[in-house]
Amino acid sequence: MSTITLQNVSYLYSAGTPFEKYALKDINVTIPSGRITGLIGHTGSGKSTLVQLLNGLLRPTEGKILLDGRDIWEDEKKIRDVRFKVGLVMQYPEYQLFEETVRKDVAFGPKNMGLEAPEIEERVKMAAFFCGITEDLLDKSPFELSGGQKRRVAIAGVIAMRPEFLILDEPSAGLDPVGRDTILGGIKKYREETGGSVVIVSHSMEDVAVYCDSLIVMNKGAVYAEGDTREIFSTPEKLYGVGLDVPQITGVTEALRSKGLGLPSDILTVSEARDAILSLAKRRGLL
Amino acid sequence: MMRDITLGQYFPGTSVLHRSDPRMKLILTLIFIVFVFLAKSLWAYVWLFVFTFSLLIVSRLPVKVILKGLKPVLFIIAITVIFNLFLTKGEDLLFECKFIHIYFEGVMFAVYMIIRIVCLILGTSVILTYTTSPVDLTDGIEQLLSPLKKIKIPVHEFAMMMSIALRFIPTLTEETEKIMNAQKARGADLSSGGLIKRAKALIPILIPLFVSSLRRADELATAMECRCYRGGDGRTRMKRLKYSPRDLVLFLVFAAFGTGIILLNIFIPYLVI
Repeated sequence: MSTITLQNVSYLYSAGTPFEKYALKDINVTIPSGRITGLIGHTGSGKSTLVQLLNGLLRPTEGKILLDGRDIWEDEKKIRDVRFKVGLVMQYPEYQLFEETVRKDVAFGPKNMGLEAPEIEERVKMAAFFCGITEDLLDKSPFELSGGQKRRVAIAGVIAMRPEFLILDEPSAGLDPVGRDTILGGIKKYREETGGSVVIVSHSMEDVAVYCDSLIVMNKGAVYAEGDTREIFSTPEKLYGVGLDVPQITGVTEALRSKGLGLPSDILTVSEARDAILSLAKRRGLL
Repeated sequence: MMRDITLGQYFPGTSVLHRSDPRMKLILTLIFIVFVFLAKSLWAYVWLFVFTFSLLIVSRLPVKVILKGLKPVLFIIAITVIFNLFLTKGEDLLFECKFIHIYFEGVMFAVYMIIRIVCLILGTSVILTYTTSPVDLTDGIEQLLSPLKKIKIPVHEFAMMMSIALRFIPTLTEETEKIMNAQKARGADLSSGGLIKRAKALIPILIPLFVSSLRRADELATAMECRCYRGGDGRTRMKRLKYSPRDLVLFLVFAAFGTGIILLNIFIPYLVI
């Protein structure tokens, strides 16, 4: 299984001008393999810069990014191979579609990898499956689709490259709840069936609570905290301090706990909360 | 890479040139261009050079910015100098080597040309582009051309289109960068291969860019309609242009500059082209 490690990585915007500013400063972090990692942080905390460094769209001003122990910038000409291994879906990816049909657009990545036609076809089908794109959509023009469908096509375009690391920058921004669940559910399924690693940048604490196994919290261009999702959300005060929050339901159970109810401190989803409250009621003989 | 492209090189400041009326600056630019080309004698050129130099000092722009503005014309200057130096025939032979003949007239021509081009570029950019914000500039153009409304030319609409176009340059630059990154993330190869391959590699960038420009235009039109925009008729403006004594002084200075060029041409006709 592949690993990505950042060693003392800094990134300076507008270097050499009066406007220069550190977007990231001295980052040391290892992206967990084989799990879904949530990257959370206040706006401007450096999340998007970080993900663009991971696949070599940006080059760190200082420090090294190691993919399987090798500096990705060791050989500049091979940076394209890094991008096939570390697939990045940018913010609002629906605006990058350009082909005549959805099928061709999804095939753009695999084609750039130099794969054979049957292999490409198979990968398009695989990506379409994970992204909930039905067979009849494949031959439509991407410009005829709805916003949510376009987003799924764009994500399929990266999944079709079968990256070992799939990185998504706010994949569910601006979507309705159904569209959000289709996309995030598909990504989860993709991770489970292919055994790769996924990084999701998100502003929704509910989403990361449900879908992510571990979290990296960013603040002002530095890694503020990292660990399992449950662990991170069990110290809400720490998150409030950097403009973040816990999932709403965790806030509710925290409030109940402070009133003296004996609920566990690591509740992340509504169904967990329901079970905990019901079992508490039973224990107290209320049911 | 895209960030290096600066269109509309406005450099904010508080000098006299920054604060004077954009209409006056447009007029002064025209006057300046005309007199640059009217200079004929050595002393007229010296006068032109001194005047342009004083404009630079008055504008208080950083030297770095000014030099950067000259970079694109270096090539043109070089070509002009080479042609004038080697191809001008005259009487006063300075240097001869096989087929190369350099005459005094050629050297003189070359020097004049350098002064002319440098002054033209620096002068116009200091009077207008460096010291006038794009918004002021379009306002100025609109007002100057407003008499044309009488013959049914939609001056306001043209000015509006121009300011919208200027406004969207940075937005489109950013958009292009984003799309390029997105396609690079899918393995698009933008920087290798022959001409045709490279042209083809631009398709995945140009199509989304066109689509999003059209979408933006649509959105902007709707937003303008929502705020009841309906063209120039009866439209008042937040910032009204008003000539001040400063503009008159500036005009007189430029008039003196022009008169100087003419007088030097006539009365000290030394080394006239």
